[in-house]
Amino acid sequence: MLAKRIIPCLDVDKGRVVKGKKFQNIQDVADPVELAKRYNEAGADELVFYDITASNEERDILADIVEKVAAEIAIPFTVGGGLRTVEDIHKILRSGADKVSVNSSAVANPQLIQDAAWKFGSQCVVLSIDAKRTEDNRWMVYTKGGRHNTGLDAIEWAKRGEALGAGEIVINAIDTDGEKNGYQLTLIKQLAQAVNIPIVASGGAGQLHHFSDVLQEGYADAALAASVFHYNEIPIPALKQYLMKNEIIVRSE
Amino acid sequence: MIAIIDYGAGNIKSLQFALDKVRLPSFVTVDPNEVKNSKAVILPGVGAFKDAMEALRNLGLESVIKQEAANGKPLLGICLGMQLFYETSFEDGQWEGLGLLEGNVARIRGDVKVPHIGWNTLSNHGNNPLLTGIKPESFVYFVHSYAVEDFNEETLVGSTNYGGTIPAIVQEKNIIGMQFHPEKSGEIGLQLLKNVGELIK
Repeated sequence: MLAKRIIPCLDVDKGRVVKGKKFQNIQDVADPVELAKRYNEAGADELVFYDITASNEERDILADIVEKVAAEIAIPFTVGGGLRTVEDIHKILRSGADKVSVNSSAVANPQLIQDAAWKFGSQCVVLSIDAKRTEDNRWMVYTKGGRHNTGLDAIEWAKRGEALGAGEIVINAIDTDGEKNGYQLTLIKQLAQAVNIPIVASGGAGQLHHFSDVLQEGYADAALAASVFHYNEIPIPALKQYLMKNEIIVRSE
Repeated sequence: MIAIIDYGAGNIKSLQFALDKVRLPSFVTVDPNEVKNSKAVILPGVGAFKDAMEALRNLGLESVIKQEAANGKPLLGICLGMQLFYETSFEDGQWEGLGLLEGNVARIRGDVKVPHIGWNTLSNHGNNPLLTGIKPESFVYFVHSYAVEDFNEETLVGSTNYGGTIPAIVQEKNIIGMQFHPEKSGEIGLQLLKNVGELIK
């Protein structure tokens, strides 16, 4: 049976792991290589790295860290943040990433999804979507760290991403990000029913039951979280025990 | 030394790192002579079947691989690399593979999400040395949209279930295929690579 995945997410800024709330108040947390190693040993099913500053000069720093992390872990590793061209993607894959995550750059140039999927295969192209609820109860896609409303409907954009060849979707609800009040189940469920590729839920994990909620009621294939893992509020082995008790299939060795 | 064939796209680094961890010396190459002089060959894999076959042909490696396979050199194909061992693939068309193993490659069937991404269980078939130290139903990491079918059942060492039975580990003499990524499958994956290393010795 295919297991549901638990994925720690490392937001990296200038070579350090940081953490914010609703994409603001960014604070320093840890060294990415150390943290990655810890998660690999704790039974994380995958790791995600976002380079949140993602300027050109930092791209090389990122490639260097990606390589150092890849050397320490034996689980899948996704890297995102400011990857604008197939060449950018190639470089990160060459450094040891298994998948790349595209967000703003795919909104600006949807063709990037298709080009990357053709060249590297759908399985390594993850479409990451930051969504926010509007007053008329729709979900809009935001970019630029949640500052810019693209006018795209999140569900429609996900479907288009799938058609262009994305192999997976990470959906991050901006309103619940860092609030620790649970994932945005309505959005995640809608999305999971709209597409036929795996959905990774992000934004809002604070307690054990938030994970089981999103994996069961939200139909998510994987749950991503950051600070609850970084500060060890929820240790991954304890989370997996909890999920198994709730009859959710997770990987154990 | 194990020759890892670098035919373009893939993430070769993580495979190298994993081989380093289990102390199997390897190097990356596209040189037919280096492939001939190696102790064993790994065809890693992500990307499209057609592109990979074309790359192997353009590099002059298709005939070398077939020859080395016939000479009895151990060959390990991972993910797409395993699929390349078969006769025909129906990935976006119809393409001829290396034809080292009997069978075809087709899109994953059944009412399941494709790609098949994530940790799935490995059912062991028989007592193959490749499974040394691997408990039944161990989790390994899959990422693929296509799978092998019409294969020779006798070659099946491990399988998983996703929309039906999917061959996960196959072996016919010196030819070994793994549909999942051992280099991304934690301790279980490292053990599997170690087992491959024992066969190469």
